[in-house]
Amino acid sequence: MKNSGQVLTGADIFFECLRQEKVEYVFGYPGGAVLKIYEHLYDVDFLKHILVRHEQGAVHAAEGYAKASGKVGVVLVTSGPGATNTVTGIADAYMDSVPIVVFTGQVSSHLIGNDAFQEADIVGITRPITKHNFLVRDVKELAATIKKAFFIASSGRPGPVVVDLPKDVIAAKCQFTYPEEVDLRGYKPNYKGHTNQIKKAAEVISKAKRPLLYVGGGVIMSGSSEELKIFARENKLPVTMTLQGLGAYPGTDELSLGMLGMHGTYWANRAVDSCDVLVSLGARFDDRVTGKVDTFCTKAYKIHVDIDPTAIDKNVVVDLPIVGDVKHVLAELAAEMTTKPDTSAWLAQIDEWREECPLSYEDKDGKLRTEFVIDRICEKTNGDAVIVTDVGQHQMWTAQHYKYNNPRSNLTSGGLGTMGFSLPASIGAAFAVPDRTVVSISGDGGFQMNIQELTTAVANKLPIKIFIINNSFLGMVRQWQELFHAEKFSFTDLGASNPDFVKVGEAFGIESYSTSDPKEVDGLLDKALAVKDRPVLIEFRVVKADMVFPMIPSGASISDMMVKRLNPKRMT
Amino acid sequence: MKHTISVLVENHFGAFDRVATMFSGKGFNIRSISIGETEIEEISRMTIVTEGDDQIIDQVVKQLNRLIDTIKVVDLSDAPRVERELALIKVSVPKGAMEEIKNINDIFRGNIVDITNKSLTIEVTGPPDKIDAAINLLSAFGIKEIARSGIVALKRGEQVRILKEKNITT
Ligand SMILES: Cc1ncc(C[n+]2csc(CCOP(=O)(O)OP(=O)(O)O)c2C)c(N)n1
Repeated sequence: MKNSGQVLTGADIFFECLRQEKVEYVFGYPGGAVLKIYEHLYDVDFLKHILVRHEQGAVHAAEGYAKASGKVGVVLVTSGPGATNTVTGIADAYMDSVPIVVFTGQVSSHLIGNDAFQEADIVGITRPITKHNFLVRDVKELAATIKKAFFIASSGRPGPVVVDLPKDVIAAKCQFTYPEEVDLRGYKPNYKGHTNQIKKAAEVISKAKRPLLYVGGGVIMSGSSEELKIFARENKLPVTMTLQGLGAYPGTDELSLGMLGMHGTYWANRAVDSCDVLVSLGARFDDRVTGKVDTFCTKAYKIHVDIDPTAIDKNVVVDLPIVGDVKHVLAELAAEMTTKPDTSAWLAQIDEWREECPLSYEDKDGKLRTEFVIDRICEKTNGDAVIVTDVGQHQMWTAQHYKYNNPRSNLTSGGLGTMGFSLPASIGAAFAVPDRTVVSISGDGGFQMNIQELTTAVANKLPIKIFIINNSFLGMVRQWQELFHAEKFSFTDLGASNPDFVKVGEAFGIESYSTSDPKEVDGLLDKALAVKDRPVLIEFRVVKADMVFPMIPSGASISDMMVKRLNPKRMT
Repeated sequence: MKHTISVLVENHFGAFDRVATMFSGKGFNIRSISIGETEIEEISRMTIVTEGDDQIIDQVVKQLNRLIDTIKVVDLSDAPRVERELALIKVSVPKGAMEEIKNINDIFRGNIVDITNKSLTIEVTGPPDKIDAAINLLSAFGIKEIARSGIVALKRGEQVRILKEKNITT
C-alpha cells in the first residue's frame, strides 16, 4: 500500500484510489492512451482486471456486477474508439440508474482539440447520458476527482460517471492524498423524507379500501426489500412491481400481483385501474407502466416516494410527494401506521381477476414454448437464481413467469432496452455473486449482439447458464409488425441466416446443447445447473410466431388490453 | 408563461454546456441566457428566460437542481426583482432623420456609441419591454443589426445569500 503524502505517478494514484474504494474488479480493454495504466496494472494484486472482448461488453459487465452486488462497477478503456464503444452501455446505466464509473483514456492535454489520433470528446458525447462526468486536467486533481466519481455514482439516485484521463496526466507525478470527504456544495442528496408528509401518507393508507403498492427498482437499489415485506404483510397491502422492481417482493407471495404495465398481468393492471390509493415506491411512472397518462389510475390518491425530486410530477402529477430514500421512508411509514386498512374484500376482488385471465399458454401440442422453458427454469432454480435477460419477447415472458424470491436477482435492460445486454451483464454478475446460479437468457437476435463475450466467460471459467431462446425471429418486433404494421414482416425473419448455435458455442469451447422438445427440457436444465466450473449453452428452439400477452399497446389504456391473439391463423 | 430563472453554477469545465445540454435534451425552451461572474470568483450566475406551464417550469427547476455543478436555482418570476437587458441597435439614418433618431435615443436614455454617415449604433439598457419598444420605434428607419445581451436579474431587497466558507445557505 502506497502511503499518503508519497509522490506518485498518475497511474499509481489511479490504482491507489481504486484500492481505497475497495474495487474488486475492473472490466477493461487496453489501448494506446491507457498503456501506462496497464503497465502499472501488471503489478497490481489487490484487484482483478477482466479482459472483455468489446468495450460495450465491459460496461454491461460492470452494470451486471453493480446490479447483482449493489457495489459500484468499474470500467477502464482507451481513448477514441475504446471510449465511444462504451456509449450504449453508459446510456443503459443512466436509464436504469446503475452505479458505474467508466475511466476512459484521452490523448495528451496539449493535443485535445487537434483531431489527434484516437481522440474523441467523450466528455461531450456522454454529457447527456451520465449523472456527471469529468475531464481530469491536472494530476493534482486526480485523487479528488476519483473520490467524487465514486461518491456521485453510488449516492442519491445512482448512475454512471465518466472520468476522462489524458495521457500526460497519467504520466505526471504529484503528492498523493486520498481525501476523506467529498466537498460538493451543489450535490446533497436528501435521504430522509419529510415527517409530516409521511404521517399524512400513513393516515391515507390506513383509511384506504383498495390500496396498492407500486414498486420500482428504487426499492432494490436502496436495499429496502425487508422493510417492504414487513410493511406489505403487516398491513395486507397488495404489491405490483415494475420490470426493474421484480425481486423486490417475493413473486410467489399471495400479496404479489407480479408486473404491471404494457405486458403486466391482467390482475395487476386491473388493480392499478381500480385502486383508491396508489403508493409508488422508487418507481417513476414511465410510459411502459402508464400507457396513456390521462387514463392511468384515475381513481386513486397517489403517493410518490422517490429520492430523485425530478421523478416527482414528471409523468404523472401526484397528490402526496415524499422525497427521500425508500428505506428511511418505509421504516417511518410503518411506524406511523396506527390502524391497518381492511383490505380483505379488495384482495378477494384481485383474486377474482387472477382467475379471470391467468397467464396461460398452450402446453398440450408437444411444441416448445418460451413460457414453458421459463417455468421450468424457475422450478429448477427454486426462484433463487440471478436471471439476466436480454431485450424482447423472452424478456417479457421471463418477467411474467419467473417468480423471483430475492432482490438483485432480475438483471435486465429496462429503460434503454439494449439488446446485447444479457451475456456481458451475466459475466459481471457471475463475478459479483460467485455462490449464486447465474442464468443468461437471450433471444437469437440479441445473443448475436455481444456474442464475442463468450470468450470472456470461457477464459474466466464462469459457470453461467447461457440460454438462447431461438424463435428464428426478432420476435418482439415481429409481434408489433403483426399487430400494428399490417403484418409486413420486414427484416425480422432471422431463421435462414441464423448460425448453428451449438457449433458457435463449441467453437468457443463451450459445452452446448439444443432442443425443441419440451420433454428434454428438464434433463438439459439439470445437466446445465450441475456444472459449476465453466459455462454451458443451451439453445431452446421454440415456436416461431408466438406473441406476448397480455399487452396494452403503446400509449393506450387498460381498457385496450389485448389478452390473446385475434388472428389465430398466424399461430404456428 | 415566461419565467426568469437564476442559476448559480460552479466555474467548472463544461458546466455551462451541462446546463444548455439539459435544456435541449429535455426539450425545454431557452428564450435568452446570460452568463457572468459573481462576487465569488469560482461561481458564475446564469440567468435563463424560459417558457412553459407550471409542470414544465417545475421540471426545469428540478432538473437544473439535479446537475452536480449547480449550487442554487431560483425561479425569480414570483419574486420582486430587477431585470435588465442591454441592446446594441445599429439603425440606418435616412436623409433628414438624424434629429428624430436622436430624440428617440434621448427618450429611452440611450447612448450613441458609434456613428457613420449612414448609420448610428444606439446602446439601450432596461427591462426587456423597454428594449422591445425602442427597437419598435427605431425600426421605422431601418434596422441593420441588433445584439441583445439577454436578461440579467436579481431579487429586490436584502441579500438573501450568505456565503460561509464554502457552504451556501439562504
Ligand atoms: C440494440 C437494439 N437494437 C434494436 C432494438 C429493437 N428491438 C427490440 S426487441 C427486438 C427483437 C429482439 O429479438 P430477439 O433478440 O430474437 O428476442 P425475442 O424478441 O425474439 O425474444 C428488437 C430488434 C433494441 N431493443 N436494441
